[in-house]
Amino acid sequence: MSMAESLVRWRYRVLPDHVVGEILTKKWIDSVIPFTALVILCAIFGSIVPGFFDLATLTNLSGQTAELGLVVLGMTIVMVSGGIDLSVGSTFALAVLVTLFGMNVEQWSFGTGLLACLGLGLVCGAINGLLVGFLRMRAFLTTLVTLIIYRSTFDIVFPQVSTAIVTSGPDSPAYDFLGFGTIWGMPASFVVFALIALLLHLVLSRTRYGWRLFAVGGARRSAYNAGINVRFTLFSAYVLCSVLVALSGFFFSARIGSAASDIGTGLELQVLTATVLGGISLGGGRGSVAKALMGTIFVLVLSNSLLALAVPGPVNYLILGLVLLLSVLLDVRWVKNRHKILRSVYISPTFAKMPQAISTEPGAPMAVNDRLKDVGVIGLGFLDGAEDVIFDRQDRLYTGSRQGDILRFKPPHYTESEVFAHIGGSPLGMAFDRDDNLVICVAGMGLYQVSPEGEVKLLTAETNRSLTSVVDDSTMKLADDCDILPDGRIVFSEATVRFEMHDWYADALESRGNGRIIVHDPRSGSTRTLLSNLVFPNGICTAFDGQSVLFAESWACRISRYYFDGPKKGTVERVIEGLPGYPDNINRASDGTYWLALMGMRTPALDLSLEMPGFRRRMARRVSEDAWLMPNLNTGCVLRFDETGQILESLWDQAGEKHPMITSMREHKGVLYLCGIFNNRMGTLPSQGADPDWFSSDSYWGEKS
Amino acid sequence: MAGRGKPGGRIGSVQISQELVVIAISVILFAVFSATLNNFLSQGNVIAILKNVSILGTLAVGMGFIVVGRGIDLTMVAVMVVGVAFSIWVSSWGVDFTLAVICGALLAAAIGLFTGIMVAVAEIPPIFATLAIASSVYGSGRIVFASDVLYAPPNIAWLKFVGNGSVFGIPMSVVMFACVAALMAFFLRKTRFGRLVYATGDNPNAARTTGLPTRPIIVTQYVISALIAFTAGIIMTGLVTGIDTRLYNSSLIYDVLLVVVLGGIGLSGGQGGVRNVIAGTILVGILTNGMTILNFSYTSQNLIKSVILLSALAIDAIINPRDEQTSQSGDI
Repeated sequence: MSMAESLVRWRYRVLPDHVVGEILTKKWIDSVIPFTALVILCAIFGSIVPGFFDLATLTNLSGQTAELGLVVLGMTIVMVSGGIDLSVGSTFALAVLVTLFGMNVEQWSFGTGLLACLGLGLVCGAINGLLVGFLRMRAFLTTLVTLIIYRSTFDIVFPQVSTAIVTSGPDSPAYDFLGFGTIWGMPASFVVFALIALLLHLVLSRTRYGWRLFAVGGARRSAYNAGINVRFTLFSAYVLCSVLVALSGFFFSARIGSAASDIGTGLELQVLTATVLGGISLGGGRGSVAKALMGTIFVLVLSNSLLALAVPGPVNYLILGLVLLLSVLLDVRWVKNRHKILRSVYISPTFAKMPQAISTEPGAPMAVNDRLKDVGVIGLGFLDGAEDVIFDRQDRLYTGSRQGDILRFKPPHYTESEVFAHIGGSPLGMAFDRDDNLVICVAGMGLYQVSPEGEVKLLTAETNRSLTSVVDDSTMKLADDCDILPDGRIVFSEATVRFEMHDWYADALESRGNGRIIVHDPRSGSTRTLLSNLVFPNGICTAFDGQSVLFAESWACRISRYYFDGPKKGTVERVIEGLPGYPDNINRASDGTYWLALMGMRTPALDLSLEMPGFRRRMARRVSEDAWLMPNLNTGCVLRFDETGQILESLWDQAGEKHPMITSMREHKGVLYLCGIFNNRMGTLPSQGADPDWFSSDSYWGEKS
Repeated sequence: MAGRGKPGGRIGSVQISQELVVIAISVILFAVFSATLNNFLSQGNVIAILKNVSILGTLAVGMGFIVVGRGIDLTMVAVMVVGVAFSIWVSSWGVDFTLAVICGALLAAAIGLFTGIMVAVAEIPPIFATLAIASSVYGSGRIVFASDVLYAPPNIAWLKFVGNGSVFGIPMSVVMFACVAALMAFFLRKTRFGRLVYATGDNPNAARTTGLPTRPIIVTQYVISALIAFTAGIIMTGLVTGIDTRLYNSSLIYDVLLVVVLGGIGLSGGQGGVRNVIAGTILVGILTNGMTILNFSYTSQNLIKSVILLSALAIDAIINPRDEQTSQSGDI
């Protein structure tokens, strides 16, 4: 191996590129930019504003955080639902007016005042909600107009009571405590706010209502079609928002005790800046309480520091406007381009050196021949997506279909078929257990079991999360083939944890060990990962020795053996290396050997490119997917090998008419049945020298009477 | 709604459009006010209505133009006050006023260009971009100009003519409004660009897929609307010999929207025209004037107008319902 090659190999072993793409898929990535901005802002102002970190400043800040934060939380709810509420400033003003009038002038009790204030919020919110939610008016314009209406109402009422408010005071200790008291050194209002924020966080992230809110905001049409009451959800969002705003007004009144005529003007701009800065999307469906808090603190730090630096009001406005514009700009561009960035970064090929391929020249066991030219045909033009085939004790043939069904064909001619069970996902590898239950790997869904009566049951869809995973890899993405150990445990391969089934070629381009082998114990229900970092583990077969399984790694073109029992327990050894094609399913043959399907053949170009990860990455970024180098799946073959890995014979179809690609084969009573997931048929080939009574379930579980 | 065969009943052979309804209401209001209010029909008052209406109408022509292209421009009042104030500020250095006005127009166009780029290229929702830009423009204006109210230099002949002159007995301000409206009508209906604006507003994605230069179209729209706003500012300066930048804080921009929405230009774009703007302008003009004579306070006028606007929006929402199946998320 040359020096340069070792360097490349090490570079791809040491620097895990694929982690970048996985980090980009994390939800918290949205908050990284705002959080960094907040830290920088605090650092800058902390150094130039005198007394920035003083206790008094922080106490004051936390009091303000409670008030602004409540409004921002309200706005967050509305924005998550895909709307916007510009009337918050005017609602706030009205709430302050009601509270001050009630507490100061009418000497209401704490409860009455709070109820009246929240009631006002309810009314304001209900008006917005009715108009936007039920009449489906445009949120922006509608709330812009209600902003004026509420503000005009305030302007008409306020001058008539302003003198009375100033000349009298409240008579409620609880109210005073809310305004000036402290709990554990923190302002009482802040503690209440923190509790509300926590509650709202739980509601948004953990309850049905919160999920509906996100659904309505993220994809209104889908939410509607899914049966969510879109109108009511929107209505409730506006009501909640205004109630929170009113509560904020109550806090403000308790703390300040008076109001100016311009109270709450421009609040909407401040609040919007906070939400958008925090990373809550204008389009809806994205946002969280933490983001809202981050945005709130950012805006407060910014405006308080500008105030402390004696920046004139208009400049303040200008800065706020520009910050808002900039953050909206970033948000819009981010939302629009995020998936593009992800798409270009996610696929991260790694270094792989393919061993010399086993010869297919004439004379070799793998010599190309035409033995599959005249195979019999089952289900021509009817089968679609038959990846694997298996037989039960009544000789009935089972296979899967792309529509998510398990089909059952009747012997002896296998011309009549019926839907045995409907799974819903694409069925791949199949195996019968001791009790004649059919165990099936379903792409994207996990491991399923169908009883002889046709009852479908999910066995497992999750395994233990690996320690180093960035993205939670416990859910199965592509369960591929399964087999059953003598003790009843089910061992199955998951081809890749990084891609869905239809993106298999992206995994081939990466050629990293993205797959794993998992074992599920039906008795205890536990599921554990046995082996990980396998290169597209595909076919799996319990060996005749009863203490090991053979498994194929497709993109690595090799067959390995894993010992689950016996003296070599836990070890892996290579059985065949350097296959000329990509191995798929492995199944037992009647004479103590194994059948292996090659779904496609290696090409020199792809083999060479596997040693050039940079080249493949550029290709993934710059060339459209249909022009990528891919494994050649236009021709495949079936071969037979023994326990030592010696290849005994091979079966080809040179014309490519009957079986251009083969994903699985099963020997049954002297006949070899062949199928390919992209084929429109299944092939039958009477096997010379095969035991005419051999049957796979008997081989596993012994004969049953 | 108007003129495009949109839903709406038929009475005899007359298609009932929002435009017609608005004109009918205007006539009724005019009749009621004439009968009940003393000074309503006096020559002075009618001219006052027309003068007031000319500024509002000019702004509404610009706004209508933007709304037809499925946008909205909340910067208009900010551009108007800051653009004109900038002209006056420049002329206070001793620059010729006409030259200063050209400078102001350039500034307005530059702001329009920036807004257009933010909307078309950066793809910020127009309502958001214009709200934030309006705040920034006004903020910078306040920083530069020492006082809130700036007075135009006296003895500028053409400015006086704009304010007090008349052509065939019609006040010059109204003539200017008519000119702007006529130009816009011609532009929208008779030029290729005008048709492209309708196409863009009707279905931006389809327009873009067809190969229309939607981004340049949108940018041009905002530049033109900024220039129209500036023209409105010049008319105002002529009428009251100065400009009050605090106008930005008033509800003028909502009155403009009121005119456009009342007149029947759907906010979903692609429909309506200058006739709708004129119909809306007349109704709002009569309404405002009537309320002023009735001695309604400024705030109650705002309240009434915004309730009317809200009803107009609600009617718009009922006539052109937004379906859960077709409305897009994020279409706020």
